[in-house]
Amino acid sequence: MDTGLQIGLETNPQSAIRNPKSEMVIVFAEATNGQLKKAAFEAVTYGAATAQLLGSQCVALTLGNVQNPGQLGIYGASKVFNVQGTAFGNFDSQVYASAIAQATEKLGALVVVLSHTSTGKSLLGRLAARLNAGSVPGAKSLPDVSGGGFKVTKGVYSGKAIATYEISSPIKLISLGGNEIPLKADGNEVAIETLEIAAPTSKVKVLSVKREDGIVPLPEATTVVSAGRGMKGPENWGIVEELAQVMGATTACSRPVADADWRPHHEHVGQTGVAIRPNLYIAIGISGAIQHLAGVNQSKVIVVINKDPEAPFFKAADYGVVGDLFEVVPKLTAAMRKLKQG
Amino acid sequence: MKLLVCVSKTPDTTSKISFTADGTKFNDAGITFIMNPYDEWYALVRACELMEKNGGTVTLINVGGADNDQTIRKGLAIGATDAVRVDAEPKSALFIAKQIAEHAKSQDYDIVFCGKESIDYNGSEVGAMVAEFLDLPFISYASKLDVNGATATVERDIEGGVETLEVSGPFVLSAAKGMAEQRIPNMMGIMKAKSKPFAVVPAVAFPDLAVPVAYTMPKEKTGVKLVSPDDMEELVRLLHEEAKVI
Ligand SMILES: Cc1cc2nc3c(=O)[nH]c(=O)nc-3n(C[C@H](O)[C@H](O)[C@H](O)COP(=O)(O)OP(=O)(O)OC[C@H]3O[C@@H](n4cnc5c(N)ncnc54)[C@H](O)[C@@H]3O)c2cc1C
Repeated sequence: MDTGLQIGLETNPQSAIRNPKSEMVIVFAEATNGQLKKAAFEAVTYGAATAQLLGSQCVALTLGNVQNPGQLGIYGASKVFNVQGTAFGNFDSQVYASAIAQATEKLGALVVVLSHTSTGKSLLGRLAARLNAGSVPGAKSLPDVSGGGFKVTKGVYSGKAIATYEISSPIKLISLGGNEIPLKADGNEVAIETLEIAAPTSKVKVLSVKREDGIVPLPEATTVVSAGRGMKGPENWGIVEELAQVMGATTACSRPVADADWRPHHEHVGQTGVAIRPNLYIAIGISGAIQHLAGVNQSKVIVVINKDPEAPFFKAADYGVVGDLFEVVPKLTAAMRKLKQG
Repeated sequence: MKLLVCVSKTPDTTSKISFTADGTKFNDAGITFIMNPYDEWYALVRACELMEKNGGTVTLINVGGADNDQTIRKGLAIGATDAVRVDAEPKSALFIAKQIAEHAKSQDYDIVFCGKESIDYNGSEVGAMVAEFLDLPFISYASKLDVNGATATVERDIEGGVETLEVSGPFVLSAAKGMAEQRIPNMMGIMKAKSKPFAVVPAVAFPDLAVPVAYTMPKEKTGVKLVSPDDMEELVRLLHEEAKVI
């Protein structure tokens, strides 16, 4: 069982030799429809912990209309900056990266933290090219800043290994993987300062955005209930949805299930689908092929329900139930309900 | 249409991964290398389809040593018209992107394609970097692409949904599942690939600003704890009290 990232916040002996002002951490805090994301709170928690290691301060940046950005102070931002502009109404990496790069330069920040989301991934590379900075996409750990260096780990080979990256440029860029860090909410709301930045005009027009409302998107979900071909057909998904609902979980599926249109495309996890890292992944009627595992093997705890005791997934599981899912899942739902009702 | 497809070489998806004894280098003994699946199945195939429909060219570009030539030839066999290999050891994403941008800046490509990520470093960075070097829009995780004259319509996967975008003029995209279907090169394609233009060019100097210096394997699972299918209350108890995840 992977217990996840521990934030050791002892004072770093190296921080004395560093110049705190010059190593300010800036965190770009992402929002959807004006609401800050959990990923933004994680990124600020990470940025604040990094600043503490460096003996510097962490500031947060929001772009466009964002509700209550001051709450980022609770997660450790000492200041929150906001850039206003209609250009930020829709996400365009060219516009956003320009604003973030300008803010970084204006404030003299030397560490830039993003979230490793569809937004953050589109920005990280742009910022690297623009700021001539080394970047680590999908960081798993706080930087190791001993000896004046800057090292960050990330998963490689689809979660089969972990690499330590060394960044050697003056500006360092990091996108933080989802669910890598427990939120630390012990600060206070801070005032918002406006930053004047001219953003370029977007060359991309957003025609439509279709998003399922009311569900936590998979990459942000802490609990995921996932089902595969063992379900036999889409008409049987009621028991999976019920379990997910009782647990407050997001539903996912294996690739053949999405390919057959039994479930929507965005639920597909694995090598070719979404890679996730929830605290709890429950796999129902999924065999555990290597390409499926590639997207889920970084989950902290894995439960496998499968009628075949030889299913490869059991080797990657923490808890296993060998049995018929059509009997097991309703029982599990009932037991969960009992726990929730306390 | 003038299209550029960036391709990399990666270990096969089923590879067992290991590192040299000192943990600093990937151990490639016994590894089968393939073209990165997102580059091949989605980016390259969609680019070929657009060329076949609208005319034009599909150029492949790879940054790497001569050991990548087989991968590049496969891309030519699938349908690309010509290829460029920038002869250098690719150590960092920004270095690779710089080389691609250097090639592309004088070529007026309509669309530059990348895969959504490479399955070895899982960085998802090169496309965005190339776009920034060329000052072009970048659309990541594109799962559908249609071109109508000078305007392209792109569907982009976002968390829990899809965004539909319209872009005019040149742009860079990264391709995800849905863009196209895998194509197996046929005999004629393989024969033709042998005579297609394939240039090997030197790299421009550029520093590596972020490089992997050590590798470790994740902690092995300690073994599965089996729970009786008749006792789901026990499973719930374990998840609540032992694993503390609910
Ligand atoms: C390059 C490549 C990329 C791929 N990418 C992905 C990816 O991203 N994601 C992905 O998921 N797959 C991916 N695949 C496919 C992958 O190899 C497997 O084929 C797929 O994961 C199998 O899906 P499954 O487990 O749902 O189905 P199956 O392998 O058919 O397994 C069904 C399981 O259900 C169990 N079962 C059946 N009935 C019951 C029952 N009544 N009760 C309990 N258990 C039952 C069976 O024992 C079996 O283990 C990829 C393949 C390739 C080649």
